[in-house]
Amino acid sequence: MSREIYIVCVSGTYERLQMAGMIASVAAVSGDSVSVFFSMNSLAYFIKDAEQQAPSEGPFGQLMEQKDVPPFKQLFTQAADLGEAKLLPCSMAMDIMELEADQLEPEFEAPTGLTNFLGQAERGQLLTF
Amino acid sequence: MSAEETKVIDARNTFCPGPLMELITQAKQAKVGDTLELLSTDKGSTEDVPEWVHKVGHELISTEQIGDTWHIKIRKAK
Repeated sequence: MSREIYIVCVSGTYERLQMAGMIASVAAVSGDSVSVFFSMNSLAYFIKDAEQQAPSEGPFGQLMEQKDVPPFKQLFTQAADLGEAKLLPCSMAMDIMELEADQLEPEFEAPTGLTNFLGQAERGQLLTF
Repeated sequence: MSAEETKVIDARNTFCPGPLMELITQAKQAKVGDTLELLSTDKGSTEDVPEWVHKVGHELISTEQIGDTWHIKIRKAK
């Protein structure tokens, strides 16, 4: 059975972005409909040419830094390219950061308001990172 | 001679979900009937790959451990 999964990325720490990227990619390639809403500290990593390394919040993140773990940015990109996941930047975060849509990675869709996202998410499961 | 091909995907030393995502990337480009052999040192692949294959409707041919590497063969069914 395919599900609708809605993910909200808030944090800018490595472990949370990694876990969100893992769920988004695996769910999307397994036939689930996935939408990811990026706001607060998470969005800055998806500006074109932005630094990709997020700070670890604990020892697990430090361990991952020493291993060949797929970068979270790649996992989100694969979720979109291989599994048709929607990557949605929060329009409020875009305004606060004074960003235009074309400054984000090309897999990102148009800025989306919270009301719109929550309306879509009524149909499925909402996970927050 | 068969037109179907076997492609080996070496995803050793990468961690979940790296091997699965590399397999899927190659599966998208393969033809129906092609065999894909994934090499993984991530033990989780032996559960994740069959689960994915079952879910999306491909065919699991075999799973075999040689040394510290798992060889997981699938056939693209659609």
